[in-house]
Amino acid sequence: MQLARVVGTVVATQKNPKLEGAKLMLVQPLSLDDRPRGTALLAIDSVGAGVGEKVLVVIEGKAAGQALGRKAAAVDAAIIGIVDAVDYRDDE
Amino acid sequence: MQLARVIGEVVATVKDANLVGSKMLVLQPLAADGAAAGRTLVALDSVGAGVGENVFFVRGREAAFPFYPAEPPTDATIIGIVDHWNVEPTRS
Repeated sequence: MQLARVVGTVVATQKNPKLEGAKLMLVQPLSLDDRPRGTALLAIDSVGAGVGEKVLVVIEGKAAGQALGRKAAAVDAAIIGIVDAVDYRDDE
Repeated sequence: MQLARVIGEVVATVKDANLVGSKMLVLQPLAADGAAAGRTLVALDSVGAGVGENVFFVRGREAAFPFYPAEPPTDATIIGIVDHWNVEPTRS
């Protein structure tokens, strides 16, 4: 799972039927010190995250499908938690 | 599977219902010589690992298997705590 910041929402009228009703968000993966890392990606949201929030994103097809509650859905990333805090040791 | 050091933990109150009660830890993957190698990630814990320990973890859809029959949406899970590892020196 990756830490990420929700940076936007995505609206698509024409889409795969398995994605009907799914909330699509644009998320920017973060490093531990909150800096953007890599390219932003699309994730479905199953926990009610909003723009600006720090979230946990799972980047794997089956897990994303489970979060969406649908089998064989064409998704590969999902927001599965809203992060309250990250405690880490910075001695590396 | 990969070696990693547990360097932190993540707190998320709002999360997928299948993740309630599970511990989420920040991992730094390690090279064979114990040096940090690659991006940090967040993994579920299935063995009772804690910050500062060396562990190994599995990625992908297999990451949900340790929790069977539950199917938490995870793409990385800690499946062992490493007591020690040994690398044979290569002859040149």
